[in-house]
Amino acid sequence: MTHAAVPSERAGSPLDRPVLPSGAEPARGARRLGVRIQGAVIGDRVYSTAITLFALCVPVLMILIALEIFIAGWPALRQFGFSFLTSSAWDPVNGAFGAAPAIYGTLVSSAIALAISTPLAIGVAIFLSEFAPQWLRQPVAFLVDLLAAVPSVVYGLWGIFVLIPILRTAVMPFLRDTLHLGVLPFFSGPAYGPSMLAAGLILSVMVLPYISSVSREVLLAVPRSQREAALALGATKWETIWGAVLPYAKSGIIGGVILGLGRALGETMAVTMLIGNRPQISASLFAPGYTMASLIANEFSEASGDLHLSALMAVGFVLFVITLIVNAVARWLVWQVSRGSAGKSA
Amino acid sequence: MTATAGPVAPSRPGGSGAPAAALGALVAKQFSFWYGEKQALYGIDLEMRSRSITALIGPSGCGKSTFLRSINRMHDLLPGTRHEGQILLDEADIYRSELDPTSLRRRVGMVFQRWNCFPKSIYDNVAYGPSINASLPRHEMDWIVESSLRRAALWDEVKDRLRQSALGLSGGQQQRLCIARTLANDPEVLLLDEPASALDPIATQKIEELLYELKRELTVVIVTHNLQQAARASDYTAFFYMGRLIEAGPTERMFTAPREERTNSYITGRFG
Repeated sequence: MTHAAVPSERAGSPLDRPVLPSGAEPARGARRLGVRIQGAVIGDRVYSTAITLFALCVPVLMILIALEIFIAGWPALRQFGFSFLTSSAWDPVNGAFGAAPAIYGTLVSSAIALAISTPLAIGVAIFLSEFAPQWLRQPVAFLVDLLAAVPSVVYGLWGIFVLIPILRTAVMPFLRDTLHLGVLPFFSGPAYGPSMLAAGLILSVMVLPYISSVSREVLLAVPRSQREAALALGATKWETIWGAVLPYAKSGIIGGVILGLGRALGETMAVTMLIGNRPQISASLFAPGYTMASLIANEFSEASGDLHLSALMAVGFVLFVITLIVNAVARWLVWQVSRGSAGKSA
Repeated sequence: MTATAGPVAPSRPGGSGAPAAALGALVAKQFSFWYGEKQALYGIDLEMRSRSITALIGPSGCGKSTFLRSINRMHDLLPGTRHEGQILLDEADIYRSELDPTSLRRRVGMVFQRWNCFPKSIYDNVAYGPSINASLPRHEMDWIVESSLRRAALWDEVKDRLRQSALGLSGGQQQRLCIARTLANDPEVLLLDEPASALDPIATQKIEELLYELKRELTVVIVTHNLQQAARASDYTAFFYMGRLIEAGPTERMFTAPREERTNSYITGRFG
């Protein structure tokens, strides 16, 4: 209230003062004004200092966490150096620690998840914002959003008892033998069940609601005038969506994909239950793998010795850094796209 | 309006150029329109001649924009709307069942109150209409873009930055770009819904000069709140009130000797 009152008082004062006849009146007014302004200035200072402190808490907290993990992981990083990132040997018994399989697994499982869920989620968003009858929109949107509310351990259970049997007995043989995709390294080898493919699939389901609900909001926010512009030029409904609505919403949709990517990179429980937890790099998606998050979750409670613990901390630090880099790259991409669409699009 | 040293429109492309018989004559016959239960237009009878500018005036909510949007079937996508009567374009009903609304909208272009350029380059904005229609060779598209921008009196201002974003242009330039984008479809009719209401006087003047040039080739129908604009820039004026067409006629007569008392009240500013 005080804050709101002050600017008008200030704005009014230069006009009022000269008009007033000389006497006690201006002095009283000026004094009252002075007190108000001084009070407001102190209030403003307190307020802005408090807000600045709150805002600083977040980056400081983040830096502290990063620093803490780094310090804890330093012994392992110092001992193995750069080969910590490139070596595939993760052997706690013999004290050899290389995080390459886990890094590879994290990136590949997230890539599979995005490759599957991005087109699906954008399709869902287009359907819900453009095509679905009004009565269907809210219920379906709610159900899709509900996917995000399912606990990750439940996804893991469902994956073990439903998804993996289907993959092992039907999908993997079909891809490898019936479609003869087995000639490609990605679809070759024995079908174990727990695999990179299973982890990627479950992640794609978990990530879908994030991408689709952000995309839906963005699509709904595209101004009607943009649609009308395309329609008035003789575009069909689909051409309007493809040529006017989606390009307008492009950067927002990429933002949704980034959100999903962040979720996929860090997801632990469901992936741990499905990926097979074997520290190896295999081109085949049918083979088991490992991710950084599942590695930490699996081994932390029974870490044997300081070096092992330190190596796990170092993995945590690498995950932290990779997540940061991926987000930075993605953000740069959004910036490029939004600048490109406003700038030099061909 | 006095024809000032306005933009010089290039001659129409040979071949597809305007034939001697003027195309694009519009006639509304007993046209009524409903948004759901609410009737917005009551039996409109109005002729909009080719190669002239018809201004639709009237107070807010009088149905003039609804009527304008009916002419290129922009209401089709709104659920619950319906119409009765006919709007004839070159003597054929635009609501006839075998007519595809998208092909109608190519012939009847529309420019909106708030310029709505796509967040693309100037070139791509103009090329949008022709490119969804057919895949044209590069040089042909270049030619369409240039001639459309010339017809919209924008070429000289943007020819060196066709690849830059359309959103970097001023409001008046963006509105003329929207007109150029519409002209790229080579329409017979140009509908404008208060095209200058958000522009400053100089930009407004440019738009009016442009319309004056364009009416040599097109049927122009413009909705305006600005009575001076209607008086300055149009050949015919139609006065709408409460969803009805009260009076229509040559602009000069409408503004000097209106036959209806309500028209007189409106143009003299007693209501509206």
